Amino acid sequence: MAEEKSILVVGGGISGITTAVEAAEVGYKVILLEKSPYLGGRVAKMNKYFPKLCPPSCGLEINFKRIKQNNNIKILTQAEIENISGQAGDYDVTVKLSPRLVNEKCTSCNKCVDVCPVERSNEFNYGMDKTRAIYLPHEMAFPLRYVIDSDVCEGAECGKCVEVCDYKAIDLDMKPETRNIKAGSIVYATGWKPFDAASIENFEYDKQPNVITNVMMERLAASNGPTKGKIVRPSDGKEIESIAFVQCAGSRDENYLPYCSTVCCLASLKQAIYVREQYPDSKVYIFYIDLRALGKYETFYQQVQKDENIIFHKGKIAKIAEYEPTDDLIVEGEDTISGNKIKEKVNMVVLATGMAPSIADSKIPSDITYDEFGFVFNDLQKAGIYAAGVAKKPVNVASSIQDATGMALKAIQCVRR
Amino acid sequence: MDKKVGVYICTGCDIGESLDIDKLSTVATKKYKVPICKSHSFLCGEEGVDLIKKDIEGEGVNTVIIAACSPRVNYDVFYFDPLSIISERVNLREQVVWCQKPKNGEGSEKGETAQVDEDIQMMGEDYLRMGIVKAQKSELPEPFKEEMAKSILVVGGGITGMTSALESAKAGYQVVLVEKTPKLGGFMAKLYKQFPKRPPYHDMEETGIESKIKEVEENQNIKVFTSAEIEKIAGAPGMFDVTIRQNGNSETMRMGSVILAAGWRPYDAAKVDHLGFGKYPNVVTSVMIEEMALKGRIVRPSDGKEAKKIAFIQCAGSRDENHLPYCSAVCCLTSLKQAKYLREQDPDTEVYILYKDIRSPGQHENFYKKVQEDEGIFFTKGEITGVEEEAGNNLIIEADDTLLGEKIKLKADMVVLAVGLEPNTKISEEKFEAFKKEMAEKDAADQAAPDKTEKEEEIIESHKVPNILHLQYRQGPEIPELQYGFPDSHFLCFPYETRRTGIYTAGCAKHPMDGGASADDATGAALKAIQCMELTAQGKAVHPRAGDQTYPEFFLQRCTQCKRCTIECPFGVLDEDEKGTPKPNPTRCRRCGVCMGACPERIVSFKNYSVDIISSMLKAIDVPEEDEEKPRIVALVCENDAYPAIDMVGIKRLTYNPNIRVIPLRCLGSTNLVWIADAMSKGIDGLIMMGCKHGDDYQCHFIKGSELAEVRLGKVQDTLNKLQLEAERIEIHQFSIDEYSKIPAIFDKFLEKIDEIGPNPFKDF
Repeated sequence: MAEEKSILVVGGGISGITTAVEAAEVGYKVILLEKSPYLGGRVAKMNKYFPKLCPPSCGLEINFKRIKQNNNIKILTQAEIENISGQAGDYDVTVKLSPRLVNEKCTSCNKCVDVCPVERSNEFNYGMDKTRAIYLPHEMAFPLRYVIDSDVCEGAECGKCVEVCDYKAIDLDMKPETRNIKAGSIVYATGWKPFDAASIENFEYDKQPNVITNVMMERLAASNGPTKGKIVRPSDGKEIESIAFVQCAGSRDENYLPYCSTVCCLASLKQAIYVREQYPDSKVYIFYIDLRALGKYETFYQQVQKDENIIFHKGKIAKIAEYEPTDDLIVEGEDTISGNKIKEKVNMVVLATGMAPSIADSKIPSDITYDEFGFVFNDLQKAGIYAAGVAKKPVNVASSIQDATGMALKAIQCVRR
Repeated sequence: MDKKVGVYICTGCDIGESLDIDKLSTVATKKYKVPICKSHSFLCGEEGVDLIKKDIEGEGVNTVIIAACSPRVNYDVFYFDPLSIISERVNLREQVVWCQKPKNGEGSEKGETAQVDEDIQMMGEDYLRMGIVKAQKSELPEPFKEEMAKSILVVGGGITGMTSALESAKAGYQVVLVEKTPKLGGFMAKLYKQFPKRPPYHDMEETGIESKIKEVEENQNIKVFTSAEIEKIAGAPGMFDVTIRQNGNSETMRMGSVILAAGWRPYDAAKVDHLGFGKYPNVVTSVMIEEMALKGRIVRPSDGKEAKKIAFIQCAGSRDENHLPYCSAVCCLTSLKQAKYLREQDPDTEVYILYKDIRSPGQHENFYKKVQEDEGIFFTKGEITGVEEEAGNNLIIEADDTLLGEKIKLKADMVVLAVGLEPNTKISEEKFEAFKKEMAEKDAADQAAPDKTEKEEEIIESHKVPNILHLQYRQGPEIPELQYGFPDSHFLCFPYETRRTGIYTAGCAKHPMDGGASADDATGAALKAIQCMELTAQGKAVHPRAGDQTYPEFFLQRCTQCKRCTIECPFGVLDEDEKGTPKPNPTRCRRCGVCMGACPERIVSFKNYSVDIISSMLKAIDVPEEDEEKPRIVALVCENDAYPAIDMVGIKRLTYNPNIRVIPLRCLGSTNLVWIADAMSKGIDGLIMMGCKHGDDYQCHFIKGSELAEVRLGKVQDTLNKLQLEAERIEIHQFSIDEYSKIPAIFDKFLEKIDEIGPNPFKDF
């Protein structure tokens, strides 16, 4: 048997982790690339999964454990593909590694953070709070190693962290690195990014602090989030008496994302529960076009409907405006069931923004078919490079995992030839 | 094996500042006579690791105890071959020094003689004691290896089963595909066309099923049995003995793993009686439309004429708690497609779609939009209240039009019910009712049987399952269901997991999904089936303890045939002989230890995890005398969720009470009640158990573990009564990994309670 080629998995979110672990447990070598300094992707930032309302960190922890006990997986963080050449079974891939400025000697003792004088906006919490320039992405981060944001770090001139580190783990001179990797097949699990809510007309997302997106809501509700899990209004920290969820904020709209993002209905149902659990006297309004709770998720919808303080309006919101005297907001639209105009004053608005394929930004440098939205269409006739999870279509976590498991097999078929 | 123990203490990351390392070392060297005990200020660094490696090579150390950070980190630098080195991690960092604040002022500067807090020191010493005892009692794993089969049985020859078979075959594995009907293809073969599966997702496509069937039939690696059924499946992963019955002949073959792709059946539309199916000839189902379309012409059954005005009723049975509470996921798209069939057949046809919500997820939205553009297709959101027939077999549909907010009546020449799907893994009610009737008749004939009623119920219950796999398992012939007839699984994070190891479900037997999703799912199931065989052949466990090379061993001479282990195992691992003695099947095992917890005779153990090991750890805790006023609380915690959460307490530098001693368990379900007796007679003041949430939305990775622990604990009162102790000394919590910030308060509250009860009177014995 010829030298066994690795499977290269691009993206360390739940799909990429799944493809990597599942293939490695069959016995194949896997290299897992992740652009950010830690694995977990979007799900690491979620508070709970629908419909079980269980924490994603639970499943991630098991997956990390599976990675830890498996010598077949090699992880490269802060890594992105620059070039791919060759063909199925024999690819040459150029990978660019951005410098972490912290090496593998880091014990995550946290002394550096205490002395770091520079702050940065915390992308993990969608910019709702700050970390120091040297930081641990979050307490369950895997790998558990600190990282320096080179955009804001003052470098050797400051050097305070270097002085305080007992383990010589900080290397401010670390340079970007290019690596050549041989791979038998490549699985793109590049996932998604939240649709840019600021681009939606009349929703005032970029002007009104109290208009937030569903992904921000996850962080607000998370006990390791910027508010330690207390859902409050960003402008003044006020408790919530009323809140509106605007479904299809961008999705199913010719001007933005023409497709349905599949998860936003269920995400809002889940977030309605977050609010109602914290504020038993609150009112939650959900404005939707069609409530899409497919399969067994339907019973979750039925459960939420039983709460009479969660009010469903079939209708599309056209406008969100500030209610001048306070920080409240007015949502306006039309209720398509009653035909009446909707005009509701609420403390806060959550835009149920959809999922845009991340891969659309940096298209794979190879022969791949995309649909009109930028999702990859897996042409199974053309073996070698596959997409898994949301790189392929907007799907929920369980479906992503199913798909990513399957793609591990497609990759294996290609490598073993 | 003759053990030579080496203890390696890291003094970095505040450990050296917070603990008296010399005193700590004395615990190892004096009390436990450990021959080698070294410390290093950066044990995970190159030099530190070399220190250990040199001792392994030069000094013959084969039992390594690393007293440093949590086992969650530095797993790679502290990796030693698990088949030749016993290694144990003592978590001094996250769970001792990082989660404690020294009472005697701020930590001293480096170089000075540190003033060590007594409580923290005691904590560190206890953890080291427990670590040493555990390593001393552990043995090297001896993986269970036998001749293992590496071929896959696929049950069901629809699109799902065929895809699983083909994808497995393409990876080089032998497949046996069993289909109960005479022809492969399943429901996909009954479709005229399928809704769009490829960009731009606008147009209907051919199903391509015939070429798929051909591909399966021509594949050298796949053996197809049509008109065949599974007579029985005995054995375990890697060694399943599968008997297939075809044309009256039975054939038995050895298989490695199984994919259950039993598919679905349409929900019986006649049960939704207000919709008129079965009563009025021109009320048809979506399945009948496909049949007609495939034959070439869609017509009214009453007169064979083409209908001019057709109404589709969505959710005919689905999303209805009296019928199918779930959404069947495909019916909206199916009706959109069938509306196009009708419009293509006759451009003058008017089609009405009466719906609750149109559910066209993802890119399928494109198809919905395309259909909406068709001026002959009308959408109305409404709740259907009834269907009546009028002259000429025409129909009147009554609905609450929820868009206009009024009652409407719609006339149509033909009504199509978009019927939902039911998994074939669910037994049909008719079959079940017939069986019950049969039993009742037998019952009437036989009045004499003594414990008849109970027995009967048991038998009836056992028939609430479909007859597909015929597993020769003590816990029943099929995969346990969770809800609505779909098999139980750790739905969400690990959607392929079932409660029968090596048997994976795919397609609509798992949950409702369309053909494309079924094929994707089938590919994943094929991977899991292959993975199971490969891991099993190496003597390794599958998910969630993938790679674990230990397995439960039963000291059967002491077995009392109480059957607790065979009943409680969440995965049906154990069969029984006639006497009720368990017959282990190691390759079915997930290594959770529930059997070990269940056994009153304590005869179940793993090489590195046993009742005795945990008991010894409990006994290794140093319990101060009563007048010292230092209570001791043991926390038995799930290693998957609660244990990492306690690490988070340290990482976040939160503080908790220093009187707590944490012992991780593979699963809370492995808790043996003797541990409680041991802890109590040792003078431990209280015991707190933290396991995963259970119930319908269970989070336990072993499905039933935490629930079983709670049930078992309900019986602990007897033990405590015997010792004349208060039941309140034991507490159990359902706990999620993200709730770590609550831990200090949980511990404090428990200690308050223990304080009220007073010290354990066994302390000074």
